[in-house]
Amino acid sequence: MEFAVDGLRTFAATGGRPFDPARPAILFVHGAANDHSVWHLPARHFAHHGYSVAAVDLPGHGRSEGEPPATVAEMAAWLGRAREALGLERAVLAGHSMGSLIVLCAAADDPGATKKLILLGPAAAMPVHDDLLDAARRNDHKAIDLITYWGLSAASQIGGHRSPGLWMNGGGQRLLERADDGVLAAGLAACAAFADGEALARAIEAETLLILGERDMMTPMKGGIALARAIPDARHVVLAGCGHTMLAERPNETLDAMRDFLLPAAL
Amino acid sequence: MVDAKLPKFDTLSLHAGQQPDPATGARAVPIYQTTSYVFPDTDYAASLFNLERAGHIYTRISNPTTAVFEERIAALEGGVGAVATASGQAALHLAVATLMDSGAHIVSSASIYGGSHNLFTHTLPRFGIATTYVDPRDPAAFEAAIRPETRLVFGETLGNPGLEVMDLPRIAEIAHGARIPVLIDNTFASPALFRPFDHGADLVLHSATKFLGGHGVAIGGVLVDGGTFDWQASGKFPTLTEPYAGYHGINFSEEFGPGAFVMRARAEGLRDFGASMSPANAFYLIQGVETLPVRMARHVENARRIVAFLDGNGAVSWVGWPELDSHPDRALARRLLPKGCGAVFSFEIGGGREAGRVFIERLRLFSHLANVGDAKSLVIHPASTTHQQMDAAALEAAGIGEGLVRLSVGLEDPDDLIEDLDQALRAAARAAAPRAAE
Ligand SMILES: Cc1ncc(COP(=O)(O)O)c(C=O)c1O
Repeated sequence: MEFAVDGLRTFAATGGRPFDPARPAILFVHGAANDHSVWHLPARHFAHHGYSVAAVDLPGHGRSEGEPPATVAEMAAWLGRAREALGLERAVLAGHSMGSLIVLCAAADDPGATKKLILLGPAAAMPVHDDLLDAARRNDHKAIDLITYWGLSAASQIGGHRSPGLWMNGGGQRLLERADDGVLAAGLAACAAFADGEALARAIEAETLLILGERDMMTPMKGGIALARAIPDARHVVLAGCGHTMLAERPNETLDAMRDFLLPAAL
Repeated sequence: MVDAKLPKFDTLSLHAGQQPDPATGARAVPIYQTTSYVFPDTDYAASLFNLERAGHIYTRISNPTTAVFEERIAALEGGVGAVATASGQAALHLAVATLMDSGAHIVSSASIYGGSHNLFTHTLPRFGIATTYVDPRDPAAFEAAIRPETRLVFGETLGNPGLEVMDLPRIAEIAHGARIPVLIDNTFASPALFRPFDHGADLVLHSATKFLGGHGVAIGGVLVDGGTFDWQASGKFPTLTEPYAGYHGINFSEEFGPGAFVMRARAEGLRDFGASMSPANAFYLIQGVETLPVRMARHVENARRIVAFLDGNGAVSWVGWPELDSHPDRALARRLLPKGCGAVFSFEIGGGREAGRVFIERLRLFSHLANVGDAKSLVIHPASTTHQQMDAAALEAAGIGEGLVRLSVGLEDPDDLIEDLDQALRAAARAAAPRAAE
């Protein structure tokens, strides 16, 4: 589905059903240099279980026009404008990795517009290794290799994809390779500059679910649990043996955790 | 500087795609010999059918044992995913059927496996799909043959049977300029020697029957998606970029991004055409893939020894091996295939058809049969067997002479193989020139 935000063409996948703003809605927000396709299973699932779904492409990502915003706060403000452009007063916000920072920020900024909040692989702060940031700034493929290495648990680097025949190492790399030059560096720089997760967490009013990977090397589980403690009404689920890329590593467990939190859909 | 210590090729050959069996702890990949899988409840079942969940429904579409084989080959080729098929031929058909409709056109190398040639020349035209053949050594010919309705550029890493080396980087550039993907049959090289995705290919297929298995006990194929081709930007592939009524209007490139092709090939191709691999065959092929890099190194070593022997033999008029100075693709082979050009190659016996016949019948270790890529050494006469449907002109275009013999060099002791070839060549020479020998 295409719509306009700030006069720019913006894309959102709707899970195979038309987007109807009259139904309860979920906005899914991807991580750095990713796009809507990381959400394909939950987007399809909730679109077929009572929700309207928009898995957005952030500006300059996937099929959306524009420049990638420089800070998490700007991305969160953009998400608010995207929600309004979709005709929604309130929505469930779900984000992965950088996307979790964006929805955390958006929910803290506008509690009235956030029905529920889901954070996948979040952290109060997301420091980025200098070598990774340098490689991303040079558009060196090494950045993609490092993200793959740190993004998947050691077991997942060997594979065993729950979707038959898919190789998650390759799928993740190709998705990052699709991003324009500079997009990954912009996302990583925004993550590295983000530091106020704890303060934002305390301002969250919505009921919140955190989905954490036990073996997450990018946003370690311990940090996720600490963040959950700072959010007034939060629960968390730990996925055993899982790394940072839970949508690929544990697609069904991730979906089930979201289902328990979101179903049945209620206005 | 930190390093991304991702598992490397030899490790992936043994492990990729498999976690020790969660039900039993079995270290080997178990054979899940089942047609179907119990659904915990109706909503779960509906979600699986609607691609909202990951998992297995029915073995025609996917199977846990076959999935390990698929994922392992995807890992070794460096793709995003793979679909295993009943044979190499089924993999080629699946690629064509996933990409195009009646009215489409293929540009293919002229030097391809006889079975692929049959499909393109005699069978696909019945379904409205035409093919133009071009010299694999002539990138400009690929460019000239591309038409508005062309949907695929096809070739083999090493041409069949002349081992023409495709200038893949150049040909991929041409195809991509026309917004068309490149499919490479990588059977003769295997990913242990050459990875087409690293050089511009978008799709790869194998006859897994050959080196991937290596034991000659199971027929199988596999089609791998590199995830590199931008179907949306191309605009020429409605099967991947427009809603598909056969799955509630799903749009594959929108929903699956880099995995669009492999998802459609399974969701439609295995569901509707049904040429899937059996779990037992997947198990056999996995046993082979575990040792692929070790075997390929030895295959190449043995082949080089035998090429050196034949190249210096008076009864042999020509040896088609890309590492020889006489081969036109020597520089290209050095650049693209530094680890070696496999172990299947052809040579021409002086004395024509009769000498060829005697040679093949006198061999003791080399088995005369229609296969390649076995651990055991094999031999065949293409003009009378694999390529017999081709007329004289097509044979000549594919570089196949009457006295051409094709070897697939196995893993036996190379001295024994050379001994066998030597005695058979002597017998062939005597048959070709009985009086001179008296
Ligand atoms: C290069 C090549 N491609 C494809 C095939 C077809 O594979 P299969 O026999 O597994 O159908 C063969 C079989 O000989 C082959 O040699």
